[in-house]
Amino acid sequence: MTGPSTAPPRFEMRGIRKAFGATTALAGVDLSVASGEICGLIGQNGAGKSTLMSILAGALAPDSGSMFIDGAPYAPQNPLEARRAGIAMIYQALSLAPHLSVTENILMGAEPMRFGLLDRARMRDIATRALADLGHDDISPDAAVGSLSVAAQQLVEIARAIAVGCRVLVLDEPTSSLGRADVERLFDLLRRLKAQGHAIVYISHFIEEVKTVADRFTVLRDGRNAGGGATHEATHDDIVALMVGGDVGDLFPRSPRSRGEAILEVDGLQPGSASFTLHRGEVFGIAGVIGSGRTRLFRTLFGLAPVRSGRVRVATFSGRASPGARWRHGMGLLSEDRTDEGLALGLDIATNLTMTRLSSFGPAGLLSPSRQQSAASAWIERLQIKCAGPAQRAGELSGGNQQKIAIARLLHHDVDVLLLDEPTRGIDIGSKAQIYRLMDELVADRPGRTPKAVLLVSSYLPELLGLCDRIAVMRRGQLGEAEPVGAVTEHDLMLAATGGGSGA
Amino acid sequence: MTTRSLMERAGTFLGLVLVALIFGALVGPQFFSPGNLELMARQTAIVSIAAVGMTVVIVSGGIDLSVGSIIALSTVVIALLLRSGADPAVAALGAVGAAAVCGLVNGVLITRLRVVPFIVTLGTMLVIRGAAKGLADERRIEAPVTWLNDLLRVPRGSSLLPSGIWAVIALALIVAGVLRYTRFGRHVFAIGSNERMARLCGVAISRTKVLVYMLTAAFAGVAGLLQFSKLSVGDPTVAIGLELDVIAAVIIGGGSLLGGRGTVSGTLIGAAIMTVIQIGCSQKGLANWIQQIVTGGIIVAAVALDRVRSADLMRHH
Repeated sequence: MTGPSTAPPRFEMRGIRKAFGATTALAGVDLSVASGEICGLIGQNGAGKSTLMSILAGALAPDSGSMFIDGAPYAPQNPLEARRAGIAMIYQALSLAPHLSVTENILMGAEPMRFGLLDRARMRDIATRALADLGHDDISPDAAVGSLSVAAQQLVEIARAIAVGCRVLVLDEPTSSLGRADVERLFDLLRRLKAQGHAIVYISHFIEEVKTVADRFTVLRDGRNAGGGATHEATHDDIVALMVGGDVGDLFPRSPRSRGEAILEVDGLQPGSASFTLHRGEVFGIAGVIGSGRTRLFRTLFGLAPVRSGRVRVATFSGRASPGARWRHGMGLLSEDRTDEGLALGLDIATNLTMTRLSSFGPAGLLSPSRQQSAASAWIERLQIKCAGPAQRAGELSGGNQQKIAIARLLHHDVDVLLLDEPTRGIDIGSKAQIYRLMDELVADRPGRTPKAVLLVSSYLPELLGLCDRIAVMRRGQLGEAEPVGAVTEHDLMLAATGGGSGA
Repeated sequence: MTTRSLMERAGTFLGLVLVALIFGALVGPQFFSPGNLELMARQTAIVSIAAVGMTVVIVSGGIDLSVGSIIALSTVVIALLLRSGADPAVAALGAVGAAAVCGLVNGVLITRLRVVPFIVTLGTMLVIRGAAKGLADERRIEAPVTWLNDLLRVPRGSSLLPSGIWAVIALALIVAGVLRYTRFGRHVFAIGSNERMARLCGVAISRTKVLVYMLTAAFAGVAGLLQFSKLSVGDPTVAIGLELDVIAAVIIGGGSLLGGRGTVSGTLIGAAIMTVIQIGCSQKGLANWIQQIVTGGIIVAAVALDRVRSADLMRHH
């Protein structure tokens, strides 16, 4: 990986390890980038890219391993020190003050002073020069940042990094909200920065983009270096093969299932370009990278986002939907965002678990807390949720146990259609296995029980292949045709989700 | 009830005991005489009943700055109705009804315009105060004497509490029950704790919020009733700034301005702590400015303690 070269690389990370509790995020990762080089960093969600970059940027400290900048040891205590050492991160969510001008944003925290006052003339000069250096003197230094396009705002953020003397630039999914023309302009800019001798790390799900703009690439898988090399020597397929790796454990049970009645029919739904039918007794998977529109589709189905056009039928109900109506129709949504939307962490487990069906605990708007708690206790026992009891606050539990409460809400409501958005993200392997078993039980043939239907969004491909009966891929807001699970491989799905570059 | 929530309640109660003991030592044993205790109960009744209503709005993650103005408006409405010959019961209902309408306006503005409650009720605080003054022609309104003037008086020759205090206790019990034993109450907690989750779970958020503001305003109307009973006139300039005492009582009692937390019992203890300080200071002959400094210090200390407790919770997590 770290090929021999005469000059030391601009920055180098060696044997970086990091664990969060029992979960190993990085198990000895190496990465180095020379000045005047663009390195693509690739990997599935959870492969360790973000953790590695947070360590480089001083936001996390590694458990072990060493880092060097221009050959000198580098161990930032916080992001400010990393910034002083010349490391700049450009995240998807830009960190700019929208009400301030371009000039003020570029020189934020590095304002030139004269006689204890801001030297506004010099500020404007520096900003103008920084924008010109990037080949973008079309952006006015006096404009309010909030009035600019996303692409222009991104430029301002890059200009800020350059103006304060950063030499290493990390871009995290920089094209996710850009149009085709803006992507081209960004690539031109990156090549220009490269020619000026900057070292650039380019993180993207889109392999074509990496192949277009980067000189080298490094693939992470499960917190390790899976491989890498020169981008012109590797094919798209080679890179995908490195990303997905080989073995999948036998985590995924598969009881006999039989496809029953159609319980959810989606016809030409916009946004999402979705048309599909979900039957009882099946798990229907939706693959795709983050930001491809999968969550948006779920929110539209559930009445949390507006339908632009198309039809949705749940059991016998069609027409306008609200979350309240959907629960009554027998549909439940598990939010991808457990802490901000899925649960009320300050409230007790019983309230969280039974919130959608409080009417079952008493007549005429009344509610018996003891009945509520015993209902919750039954689910705590059935799903083996580790807690002090139904009155404990949800925020005090581990991620896996919180997720089980969020899922138990759907089970307690006894919905027929379960929309599960990233149900196993960020939880321990034990809870994961249990959730997999639970999903299988829900759709399995069982005497005396009607099977449910599950619509599953996941970024973890082995999970989709292990659990689903059919899988469709969402890419750039468009849902593709569903394929039976036997007819697709992880490789195909990754190709479909990441292929075709940034254009649609 | 978990051990933690028990400890939280006990914490506020211990605060009250501590403050009472300090002033008991300063003032002397007569501080705890039945007469003095009843004086304190009477003094705290108006803030208490408004604070019980405010608890609901704060649990829902909102705030209502207009309660002081609503109290003033209610005293004016009662006086006007009594003067026009209405039955006292009708006058009282009219005042509470007018207050509830103010709450309806607050709730509709907050949910329809999606402006934060702080700003909406800051505006309606001025609007309602102006309306009260206009209705009263900027004067105090004299009204015929009826049983409404006796709400905070002890019946002659009886050792019972005044009827107004019984009413406060009954209403506080009802609200505590509503928060704990009804779907509406659990929805209020859900909205205050995490509005996005409440929406996901199909809670009718706008309707619940409008009801919350109406309830809080109606309780301010009842506080106005007690205020009228104390003054025996309709006064459009009464209770200026009282909303801050009311909010302080909820906060001292463990309510969180971030929503999702608060109890009626805590609020009543919070109101009692403030009254003990006020009466204690005046009986000890301490100047009003000392009393204000002590009250302000207690508010900040109560919230700072709460932060420490929350930090413990997060570490635990």
